[in-house]
Amino acid sequence: MTAQWRMANGEWRMDFAGPAIRHSLLAIRHSAVVLLTLVIAFAPAHAVEPGEMLKDPALEARARKLSQELRCVVCQNQSIDDSNAPLAHDLRVIVRERLAAGDSDAQVLAFVEARYGEFVLLRPRLKPQTMLLWLAPLLLLGGAAIFLLRTRFRAIDAGREVAPLSPHEQRRLDDLLNTDGRSK
Amino acid sequence: MIIELGHFAVMLALVVALVQMALPAWGARIGDARLMQVAEPAALAQLVLLATAFLALTYAYITSDFSVENVWANSHSDKPLLYRISGVWGNHEGSMLLWVLMLALFGAAVALFGSNLPATLRANVLAVQAGIGVAFLVFIVFASNPFARIPVQPEGRGLNPVLQDPALAFHPPFLYAGYVGLSVAFAFAVAALIEGRTDAAWARWVRPWTLAAWMCLTLGVAMGSWWAYYELGWGGWWFWDPVENASFMPWLAATALLHSALVMEKREALKVWTILLAILAFSLSLVGTFLVRSGILTSVHAFAVDPRRGVFILAILVVLIGGALALYAWRAPQLRQGGLFAPISREGALVLNNVLLTVACATVFVGTLYPLALESLTGDKISVGPPYFNSTFGPLMVPLLLAMPFGPFLAWKRGDLLGATQRLLASALITLLALTVALALYWRGPWLAPFGIALGVWVVAGALGEWAARVKLFAAPARESAHRALGLPRAAYGAMLGHAGVGIAVVGMIATTAWQSEVVLAMKPGERGEIAGYTFTFRGATPGHGPNYQEQTGLLIVTRGGAPVTVLGPSKRLYEVPRQSTTEAAIHAFWSGDLYAVLGDELADGGFVVRVYFNPLVRLIWLGAIVMALGGTLSLSDRRLRIGAPRRARRAAVAAPAPAE
Repeated sequence: MTAQWRMANGEWRMDFAGPAIRHSLLAIRHSAVVLLTLVIAFAPAHAVEPGEMLKDPALEARARKLSQELRCVVCQNQSIDDSNAPLAHDLRVIVRERLAAGDSDAQVLAFVEARYGEFVLLRPRLKPQTMLLWLAPLLLLGGAAIFLLRTRFRAIDAGREVAPLSPHEQRRLDDLLNTDGRSK
Repeated sequence: MIIELGHFAVMLALVVALVQMALPAWGARIGDARLMQVAEPAALAQLVLLATAFLALTYAYITSDFSVENVWANSHSDKPLLYRISGVWGNHEGSMLLWVLMLALFGAAVALFGSNLPATLRANVLAVQAGIGVAFLVFIVFASNPFARIPVQPEGRGLNPVLQDPALAFHPPFLYAGYVGLSVAFAFAVAALIEGRTDAAWARWVRPWTLAAWMCLTLGVAMGSWWAYYELGWGGWWFWDPVENASFMPWLAATALLHSALVMEKREALKVWTILLAILAFSLSLVGTFLVRSGILTSVHAFAVDPRRGVFILAILVVLIGGALALYAWRAPQLRQGGLFAPISREGALVLNNVLLTVACATVFVGTLYPLALESLTGDKISVGPPYFNSTFGPLMVPLLLAMPFGPFLAWKRGDLLGATQRLLASALITLLALTVALALYWRGPWLAPFGIALGVWVVAGALGEWAARVKLFAAPARESAHRALGLPRAAYGAMLGHAGVGIAVVGMIATTAWQSEVVLAMKPGERGEIAGYTFTFRGATPGHGPNYQEQTGLLIVTRGGAPVTVLGPSKRLYEVPRQSTTEAAIHAFWSGDLYAVLGDELADGGFVVRVYFNPLVRLIWLGAIVMALGGTLSLSDRRLRIGAPRRARRAAVAAPAPAE
């Protein structure tokens, strides 16, 4: 259910049920209706709650940065920093607990990954299955460079070399010259 | 009755498209002018028929005819008129109808404005266009009928409230115009392959269509990003979501195509590549349509559960893209390569542009599809999110932006890099100044951001520097400069604005990403907070209501140094049908950036969660997009593109065996 209506002081009021709203909106986001219009229909996103924040601003800043690297695994393509699903809340709390306990950033990520699987990492780890993913830009750039060097720039020294005439062109040139000679 | 008329018009359009696909292509093959001439009236007839169908569906939406399944499922009689109309394309069936309507619009435009095209080329182009139309009309008629009737229902189920928004009402039409506009370039490419020849004239005919499509894409993508910015409630403007990527990839490919077609037009080089790019650009539009429509993004499994539509679109994809690429593989080797050039030259710069844009586009493609591919191949589930795209796409943009100002200063065939650098000296000084100021202001970091800003400034200053050089600003008497400025072709202004727009957008992106500040507070009425030198006081929230929603509106009084600045009223809405909530951020724009406030949840003690952001220079992102589109418009209005288009008949006689150089 989304937000509830309830009677209060004799009038109907909205009761915004926090995470519940977000869940139903996410469902809608990926139902056909929204996708069809080619937009991303994120639900209104306001993630970090005042109560979750750490007192130490440096630690809190690290927590925010790490939150952007972790996926809210029940959401579609949202980090736990963007989502207010209950699971994202739990993960944010876990991240802050680990940081408060003195973990390094890498340790926090490893901790969460051990519990939720690699799917939770928005930055995939470099391993045989993701090699192609990470190397794709470099491979493509390299391929393009090799192709260009081999084909276009090889014999082209600023256009000084002129390609030899093909037999067809030679014949045509002869024809033209001959015609020219006759007309004079 | 009107609904049935619309339904009938779609079916008739399918028949007309079949005729338009078959007869002109056959006529072009056997050299029968009468058969080729069928294409023109057929293209116009398609437009009339599909416009009729679209208007019929729109009529059903405006009059809230709930005996039509599509209207019932996606509309509500309480909706304001604008959203009843935009509801037509706010759903699967209606948006496909809009898609084919756009296709017919471009087809008719080619028929009307293509009178300077050789008869066979025009016939083939329109036949290919009709072929695309046939594929999608078959899809509409057999798998996605927007005119299906149901027993009359008392009330509709409503449109998703996050879609009830002016920017989103116009976002899909622009995006579709861009997607479908690329079909013209595609059709030209396939027609050229069928005929087995291309030349500078071909590139000149293709460019205006590509430019028009590119402008629409630019505006469409920008609108989507603008909507995300103010509707989603935390000031983000790009998420590398697959649905966004689906619209971004065709934009990147179209940008590359614009530049490679320039080389082809001016120098007859890069022919084979330009043809391939034209095919790829539209293919990416189709892939985008498939990704978004098939449900495959939600999960591979969702696609497998209800694969009917997805498989249909996949089949269209395979036939159109596969067919075009097969034709390319067969015919492209026969196309003659022309125009040699040195690596340091205008052509060389445009090749660099193409390499970087294409690799960037491919990176987005790989990143978007990799998780899907990996999961279907090995069952491994991984996530490819913004961190991946930022660390791969970003570095590819750096050399592109660095090189951008050099391109226009290099001569064709063989350029002078040193000379270009000297002429960019003033621009470089401005950039250095900007870098110094940014470093001085933000010496605490993040230290990369000032360099990013400088990169954007460099691109803008480079574009202005080119203008200054061309009008001989300060180098010649003011009178002569003014005369030169008036004499510059509009296309030159278009290119400068296009480049400057990119630079402006880059500055906005970097500034808001690096220096956004955020305050999240639990506030009771009377409490205050501070952000970016502004003080805001919360005055509580009051209930209210709109035509189809209830809302709570917070009140924030913003002051600076005790002086009142503005009042912000962020609200959260609960729509009645369907029962969903949205946040409406309150935004106050300063020159320096946006003050952005969101009302969060009500707390047990009567307070509210209030989020306030300061997004520095964020509006430059969309301003940049507008400047780019403006550049496109200017370029498109250049009379050389319309009148000066060379006639192939005259050239063909002499051009056939001309030597390469």
